[in-house]
Amino acid sequence: MVVAIAIAIFAAAWPAFAKLGLSILTSSDWDVANRHFGAAPALFGTLVSSAVALVIATPLAVGVAIFLSEFSPAWLRSPVAFLVDLLAAIPSVVYGLWGIFVLIPIMRDHVMPFMRDTLHLGSTPLFTGPAYGPSMLTAGVILAIMCLPSISAVSREVLLAVPRSQREAALALGATRWEMIRDAVIPFARSGIVGGIILGLGRALGETMAVTMVIGNRPEISASLLAPGYTMASLIANEFSEATNDLHLSALMAVGAILFVITLIVNAIARWLVWGVAREKGK
Amino acid sequence: MRTARSRHIVSGGMIGLTYVAAALATLPLLLILLHLVRKGASSLSLDFFTRMPQPVGEMGGGMANAIVGTLVLIGIASLIGLPVGIGAGLYLAEKRSTKLAHIVRFLSDVLNGLPSIVVGIFAWEFLVKPVGHFSALAGGIALGTMMIPLVTRTTEEMLKVVPNSLREAALALGYQRWRTSLSIVLRTAMAGIATGALVAVARIAGETAPLLFTAFGNQFWSLSPGQPIAALPLQIFTYAVSPYDEWHRLAWAGALVLIAMVLVISILARVATRSRFGAPVD
Repeated sequence: MVVAIAIAIFAAAWPAFAKLGLSILTSSDWDVANRHFGAAPALFGTLVSSAVALVIATPLAVGVAIFLSEFSPAWLRSPVAFLVDLLAAIPSVVYGLWGIFVLIPIMRDHVMPFMRDTLHLGSTPLFTGPAYGPSMLTAGVILAIMCLPSISAVSREVLLAVPRSQREAALALGATRWEMIRDAVIPFARSGIVGGIILGLGRALGETMAVTMVIGNRPEISASLLAPGYTMASLIANEFSEATNDLHLSALMAVGAILFVITLIVNAIARWLVWGVAREKGK
Repeated sequence: MRTARSRHIVSGGMIGLTYVAAALATLPLLLILLHLVRKGASSLSLDFFTRMPQPVGEMGGGMANAIVGTLVLIGIASLIGLPVGIGAGLYLAEKRSTKLAHIVRFLSDVLNGLPSIVVGIFAWEFLVKPVGHFSALAGGIALGTMMIPLVTRTTEEMLKVVPNSLREAALALGYQRWRTSLSIVLRTAMAGIATGALVAVARIAGETAPLLFTAFGNQFWSLSPGQPIAALPLQIFTYAVSPYDEWHRLAWAGALVLIAMVLVISILARVATRSRFGAPVD
């Protein structure tokens, strides 16, 4: 099935690759009328919005995982784990709806001006310019919420796989509880946690609907996170059913193929890391 | 050298931070549910479930066709996803470490990580382009493709916990391998597999991206698999990005119905799994 999908997409994308060459990766000019297709802004947007998502989600998710595996009182453990897992069950279109009508106004009126003016982050290129509601930052926040459950689920499992003796040894040597986590538990679980983060990255890269609804869909490369952007997935979602000529369609297919390859690599790395931990546990 | 006291303060602080992280992580879910109920419930009425969408500017109207359309799509997806997924899971569990099993397991993981929009392109390429128009069948198959790896994974996990003595007993009684697999192993794990199937259904019920250019959406009543069909997530998307307040209202109501469906299924699946195996599967 996967092989069939790969062949189908690459076959369909071939005309675009053949005709446009590398310019589809490097050019930032997406002009349907002149039959010129450069997907660089979308590639850039996909990478940046996912990076923002990971920056926000990673500390939270790992914190939750540590909380659940080490410190949580027993009565709180299962409700919190359940609520975090439920985040994964919410359809992305519902995230998008919530993003449009709740998150965007909050970001535009409070969070963004606060970050730019009150924290004086406006002097860095990342936070300059007027605060649009739909933006890279908003998309990153939504994506962070969406990939949080997968990161924390994997991290929790890996943390629980750390042998008890490891913890007891650290405590017996006089470590405080935090030092035990930092020096004895996390090093043991590190590659698994990284695997979980990369798995979350895979989810963020391919997410379509929620991002399409909040990122603003403007094919430009801008250093500011407050400006609207575009991602590969939302580019396909927006234009696919309207694509009229063959080259346009093929170019969208090519974007799909690039996305396919990126997520494939990301997932393979994640699996490899998570499996590595599982193997060590089995020894 | 830091004093014991400062080390304990740092320790306490970091532990406190993990509490904060847990609180922050559960906050979005509660916020989303709160907004959904507040904005959605007021627009929810009997009309919503029984009437068709109205043209722009007219008040009222419902999403009857979209709700039915989602059910049709889930039906088609299950017809494809369940047999293939359970079959593959059975193979993986019974022939655990053959070379082919490793390859299948890896590919199924890859398929699981595939962006849903890529699956949509694939279904379009094979089922929409040759036929020349969008159809419910294409949408259902796209969703079914997404179900396969989920079902495969849970089936395998469930079959792994079936005790080997059961298999050996059946074989010792003269059952053939395939009968052992089908009527002993599979039946023992049926409840767990059903749970996995529910989880998979919950996951695909809310999928929008693969339907954009397969099922496409439809303003009218349609049950035919050969025609474009409406779906709840698609309708929510269309209404949410539209500029009309009335449609926004309906989008909230639709989202509330969709999430109620998904959450009820997820919770059912979870409760069923917990009472049987003591711990949730995923």
